[in-house]
Amino acid sequence: MESMLHITTLHYLVLGAALFLLGVIGVLTRRNVVIVLMSIELILNAVNLNLVAFSRMSGGLHGQVFAIFVITDAAAEAAVGLGILIAFFRNKETVNIDEVNLLKW
Amino acid sequence: MTPVATPFFFYLFAGMMLIGGILVITRKNPVHSALALIVTLLAQASIYLMLYAPFVAGVQIILYAGGIMVLFLFVIMLVSIERSMKERQFNSQRVVGIIAATALGGLFIAVYSKGKDIFPDHAVRMTAAEAPNVQSVATLLFGPYMFAFEIASLLLLVAIIGAVVMAKKRI
Repeated sequence: MESMLHITTLHYLVLGAALFLLGVIGVLTRRNVVIVLMSIELILNAVNLNLVAFSRMSGGLHGQVFAIFVITDAAAEAAVGLGILIAFFRNKETVNIDEVNLLKW
Repeated sequence: MTPVATPFFFYLFAGMMLIGGILVITRKNPVHSALALIVTLLAQASIYLMLYAPFVAGVQIILYAGGIMVLFLFVIMLVSIERSMKERQFNSQRVVGIIAATALGGLFIAVYSKGKDIFPDHAVRMTAAEAPNVQSVATLLFGPYMFAFEIASLLLLVAIIGAVVMAKKRI
């Protein structure tokens, strides 16, 4: 109980790992494309948490700068992914990724 | 300044993040998932504040919760969700997916339990900051990471052009 009361770097890493697992489960099991994209955002946030926790542990700010770049990249990727979703929805009238099977043999 | 009640706040915000994450992946309505993700992002911004990263916390709130999630909600408005809410929510590979995620979780537990001695016992590095956090981050961004900064702006330009082309009716 004493080790649970003193918050070390490992606590933040375990929290990041748990968030990463939730994102992976969301990507692998959901059919709605929007929720899959939101689970990808969960994964990116877990990585950001790890980066900032290690930046705090080491004292330098490089992890925080990296986290800012990851947030920028997540914004770009979300924009393009949602554009693809809109184009896909305009063609097939569904947001179900099981219906994206035109290339399936 | 010395932090107060750190375990209470850590477990509070960690609980909010995990509950928000579980709600994101299990809700049938995508709007509920988006709102749960906003709660998760705001709790994560609070954890960033606990980790002495106020600039990243501000960027997270403004960009992520205030920009990306608003974009998600606009797109959820555009695609019709009533039909998708009546269908089955979890796809046919969910059992294999859960097994794979459990294997990944086991790997994480093994790695963290074996390697937890290499992290120092204290959570904070008690060095006095030479400059405010925003100034130090800016010195790094415009110094060693200048090239990455310019490439990030180029990436955003490409993403804007890509999103506009993708969503056009006739190219």
